[in-house]
Amino acid sequence: MITGRFFAAGADRRIAITILILLAVAVIVPLLNLAVSPTRAFYVPSYIVALTGKYLCYALLALALDLVWGYCGILSLGHGAFFALGGYAMGMYLMRQIGARGVYGNPILPDFMVFLNYKELPWFWYGFDHFWFAGLMVLTVPGLLAFVFGWFAFRSRVTGVYLSIITQAMTYALLLAFFRNDMGFGGNNGLTDFKDILGFNVQADATRSALFAASAVTLALAVFVTWATVGSKYGKLLMAVRDAESRTRFLGWRAENVKLFAFTVSAVMAGIAGALYVPQVGIINPGEFEPSNSIEVVIWAAVGGRGTIVGPIIGALLVNAGKSWFTGVLPEFWLFALGGLFVAVTLLLPKGIVGMWDSWRGNAKALRAASLAEEAGTDPVAPPPQKIVRSAATKPGDWSSSSPEPQPAE
Amino acid sequence: MNKSHTILYLDGVSVSFDGFRAINNLSLVLDKGEMRAIIGPNGAGKTTMMDIVTGKTRPDEGEVFFDGQIDLTRHDEAEIAMMGIGRKFQKPTVFENHTIEENLMLALKGPRSIFPALLHRRSTAEARQIDDILGIIRLGDKRDQLAANLSHGQKQWLEIGMLLAQDPKLLLVDEPVAGMTDAETEETARLLKEIARDHSVIVVEHDMHFVRELGVKVTCLHEGSVLSEGTLDFVSADERVVEVYLGR
Ligand SMILES: Nc1ncnc2c1ncn2[C@@H]1O[C@H](COP(=O)(O)OP(=O)(O)O)[C@@H](O)[C@H]1O
Ligand SMILES: [Mg+2]
Repeated sequence: MITGRFFAAGADRRIAITILILLAVAVIVPLLNLAVSPTRAFYVPSYIVALTGKYLCYALLALALDLVWGYCGILSLGHGAFFALGGYAMGMYLMRQIGARGVYGNPILPDFMVFLNYKELPWFWYGFDHFWFAGLMVLTVPGLLAFVFGWFAFRSRVTGVYLSIITQAMTYALLLAFFRNDMGFGGNNGLTDFKDILGFNVQADATRSALFAASAVTLALAVFVTWATVGSKYGKLLMAVRDAESRTRFLGWRAENVKLFAFTVSAVMAGIAGALYVPQVGIINPGEFEPSNSIEVVIWAAVGGRGTIVGPIIGALLVNAGKSWFTGVLPEFWLFALGGLFVAVTLLLPKGIVGMWDSWRGNAKALRAASLAEEAGTDPVAPPPQKIVRSAATKPGDWSSSSPEPQPAE
Repeated sequence: MNKSHTILYLDGVSVSFDGFRAINNLSLVLDKGEMRAIIGPNGAGKTTMMDIVTGKTRPDEGEVFFDGQIDLTRHDEAEIAMMGIGRKFQKPTVFENHTIEENLMLALKGPRSIFPALLHRRSTAEARQIDDILGIIRLGDKRDQLAANLSHGQKQWLEIGMLLAQDPKLLLVDEPVAGMTDAETEETARLLKEIARDHSVIVVEHDMHFVRELGVKVTCLHEGSVLSEGTLDFVSADERVVEVYLGR
C-alpha cells in the first residue's frame, strides 16, 4: 500500500514522496473537476476542490509554524497574524479589481469606503491594483512584522512561555486594530465580494482549480525549501539553538539571528498561505486574527508531529477534515473535541502521528536486530559495561566532592 | 601592573546575586601559554568566574582583560567566543540530537553568519580537521552516532573536541573529569597537557589526582576570592586551604 511505504520510507524519501503526491494532486484534481462529466464516478465536485484547496493553505501555515516550533523551539501562538496579513494584502488586490462593478459603482473606492464617506483612497491602498505589488506586499508585510517583532524579542532573550504570550498579544492587538472602521481595511466586515483575479472570475470552476493547483504546487515548493533549509548547516544550527542555546553562543554563533531568520522565513510562508487562502474562500475579515486560530495551528502541528515537515501537513489535513465533518454533525461540540484532541495527543502521542510512527518503526527495527543477534549468539543491545570509578581523593582529605551526575549549574 | 604578556587579567572583580557576593574582589592573572588549575569547594565561585570571563555574567566592579588589551566587560558571549575564548561547561553540554560529526562541524572555526551557513558545503580541509579531532578525542568510530547516546565521560570529550574545533587562544575547562573512569581521567589529563602546549588553559577540577597529574600552578578559590596560589604541594600544605576543605 502506498501509505504504508510512505511512512516506512526514510525521512528524505518521505519528503520526495510528499512532493510528488502534491504535484500529482495539483494536476489530477483539476482534471477530474474540469475534464470529467459530473455524472461520472471520478468527477470531483467543485466544492471539494475549494475545500481541499483551503486545507492545503492550512497545511502550508502548519508547515510554516513547524519551521520555528519544531526546529527551533519557538512556540509562536501568533502565526495566524502573518497568515491574515498575507490574506489582507491579497484581499486588497481583489477589492481593487472590482472597480466600478461594486454596489456604489465607484471606480476607485471599494464599497465600504464609499459607505464610510471616504473622499479618496488612503495612501496604503496605492499600488494594490497591480498584482505584482500585492504579491510583494504578501511577502514583505508579514516578513517585516516578524523581523521587527523578532528583532526585539530575540535580542532581549525573551524565550519560552513569555515569548508565546507576546506572540499571542501581537495577534490580539492586530485583531482589535483591524476591527476598527477607521483603519481602512473594511472593519468588522473585512474584504469580500471579490470578482476577478488576474482577469479571471474567482467563482469560475477553472479559476478555483487553478487556485487549488497553485496551492498544491506552493506547498510542494515550501516542503522542498523547508527540507533544504533544515538539512543545511544552518538547519543543524537551528536545532542546536533549540536544544542548547547557550552552547551555540559560546561557540560564537548569534542565537538571536539564527532564530530571527527562521521566524521571518516562517512568517513569509504563512503570509503566502493566507494570500492563497483568501481568493478560495472569498473573504478576509479580522476574525482571522483571533488568538484561537493561531492556537489551532499549533494543534495541527502537534497532532501530525512537529519537527517532521510532513507531520504538520498531515495534521492540518486530518484535523480540518475532522472539523468539516464535525461542524456538520455536532457543531456545538467542535471546540471540545479539538481541546480533547490536543490533550490526548499531548498525553498519548507526544511526538504526533509521524513521530510515533518513526519511534515505533525504530523500536521494531531494534527488536528485530536483537532477535537476529540472539540467534547468532551475541547481544548488540547491551552497551559495553561502563564503570564509573572515582579516583580516591588524596591530599588534603577527601575533598573530591564532584559527582558523576550532571550538575544543574553550567 | 603590566598586562601586555597576560592572556587573562582579572583585577578587583566582584559580582553579587541578590546581595550575595559570589565573587569578591577577585584578582587572577594568567600568562600567555600558561595552564592553571583552579580548585576550591563547591560554591567558591569557580563557575561564576568563567561566566564573567565569557560574557555571561557582567561584573559589578573590577577589570577583566583578555590578551592584554581587550576589555571583556564590553562584549557579549558570541563576540568573546569569536575573539578566541572557548569554554567547556561544568555539565557537559553538547547537541544531543546531532551526530558527533555534526557537533564538531558546528564548532569548527569559520564564519558565523546565517547565509554562509545556509549554503555551506563541507570542504576537504574541514573534513580533515574533523577527522583529526575525532582521532584526538577517540570518538572516530562513533562519528555518525547521536551525541545523546554517548556516556557522560564521552560527552565531556566531545565537548573538549568542540573546543579544539573552535581553536581558541584560551580554553576554560570546567570540571572535565566528572563522571570519568580512572583510565579516562588519566587520558584527559594527557589530552589537556597536549592542548596546553599551544593554548592557554584554565582547568577547574576537584579531583586532586587529576590536578597533580597536570602538574601546573594551582589557585584555590574560596568565597569568591583567591585563598592560596602556588604549586599543588604548597597550596595543599596551606593551613587555610586545609581548613576550608575539612574545617566545616
Ligand atoms: N545566576 C546566579 N544567581 C544566583 N546565585 C548564583 C548564580 N550563579 C551562581 N550563584 C551562586 O554563586 C555561588 C558560586 O557558584 P559557582 O560559581 O557555581 O561555584 P563553583 O563553581 O565554585 O562550585 C554559589 O553560591 C551559587 O549559588
Ligand atoms: Mg562550578
